[in-house]
Amino acid sequence: MSSTSTEREGAPASWEVFLRPRRGLAHQHMGSVRADDAAMALGRARDLYIRRGDPLSLWVVRSDAVHAVSPDERDPYFSNARHKPYRYPEQYAPLTGQFTEFREEGRDDDHHP
Amino acid sequence: MTTTRDAAPAPEALRTDADLAVHLLRLGDDALVLGQRLCQWITRAPTIEEDLALSNIALDLVGHARTLLTLSGRLDGTGRTEDDLAFTRADREFTNALLTELPNGDFAVTVARQLAYTHYAVLYYEALAAGCADAELAGFGARAAKEVAFHRLHADNWTRRLGLGTPESARRMQAGLDRVWPYTAELFDEDDVLRRLAAAGTVPSPAPSRPLWEQRVSEVVTRAGLTVPEPRWQARGGRAGLHTEEFGPLVAELQSVRRQFPGGTW
Repeated sequence: MSSTSTEREGAPASWEVFLRPRRGLAHQHMGSVRADDAAMALGRARDLYIRRGDPLSLWVVRSDAVHAVSPDERDPYFSNARHKPYRYPEQYAPLTGQFTEFREEGRDDDHHP
Repeated sequence: MTTTRDAAPAPEALRTDADLAVHLLRLGDDALVLGQRLCQWITRAPTIEEDLALSNIALDLVGHARTLLTLSGRLDGTGRTEDDLAFTRADREFTNALLTELPNGDFAVTVARQLAYTHYAVLYYEALAAGCADAELAGFGARAAKEVAFHRLHADNWTRRLGLGTPESARRMQAGLDRVWPYTAELFDEDDVLRRLAAAGTVPSPAPSRPLWEQRVSEVVTRAGLTVPEPRWQARGGRAGLHTEEFGPLVAELQSVRRQFPGGTW
């Protein structure tokens, strides 16, 4: 258990809990539970996360089976998303409002910039 | 409880109502008392997750008790509410099976008690859902069967885990089974009340479920590497209001708030 080397001796394993709340949605990460086996993890996940609602599906995955990008690797992995504002739809102005103004001002036929 | 033994024979419908009230009170008391016992684990369970699991089960059981006591109070002619029945009866008036009031013991005893009760409850509530003419009661049976099926899963898994765990956990699990097994027969007892109800098709009797119960729990116990106890005695009396010594304090605690603040609401 490489990722859990700091664990207390004999502590039950950690499991990540994924819940699919309803049709049309993907499984969502809810949190984690500790349990000695998969059946116990499912039972505890049910007790903790689905007392309410009518979910479709519940998964548990051993936390040490999740491989994550380490904080040291943040730049190589994530930096290329920064400083590229053209990738975001922020430059678009909402059209409907402006268009209505044009109409109200009677400039319907003259809307070229 | 009222008895009409000395009075003139009641009309058929009235007697069926009275019988059904008695039967539903027994089922409701089973759920209420077991729920109260499980609540005694709160802050004392082996782990915080198990604390939550046991209290969730207790909460479901109290929910079953609410429905069953309400229906019983409506049918018995006294007009008592669920709260009246839960909080104002004396211990001798409770008609739960003795199994449900057995002290928690160690965790293995509680698991053994859960194993016996949940396998019985799934079978009986399923029978109620399938074989009860009253739509409200059949609907309750269907809902309760699903909930106790999850409680059964919890008990099955822990029986297996403790049985196949360490020599110490297996020893304790076997001791837990040995402790509770003499109290399991009472769950399936059939008296005149149940015979009349079953003959009229009002509700099924739990007695026919016993062979299947034995088959199912034996399978779980055997797979856990444990031995199905063969007790030489069977405890009875709960249905008649004769309880174990430990029952008094349980009822006193259950009713303490109501005694301190009669009629209090929040």
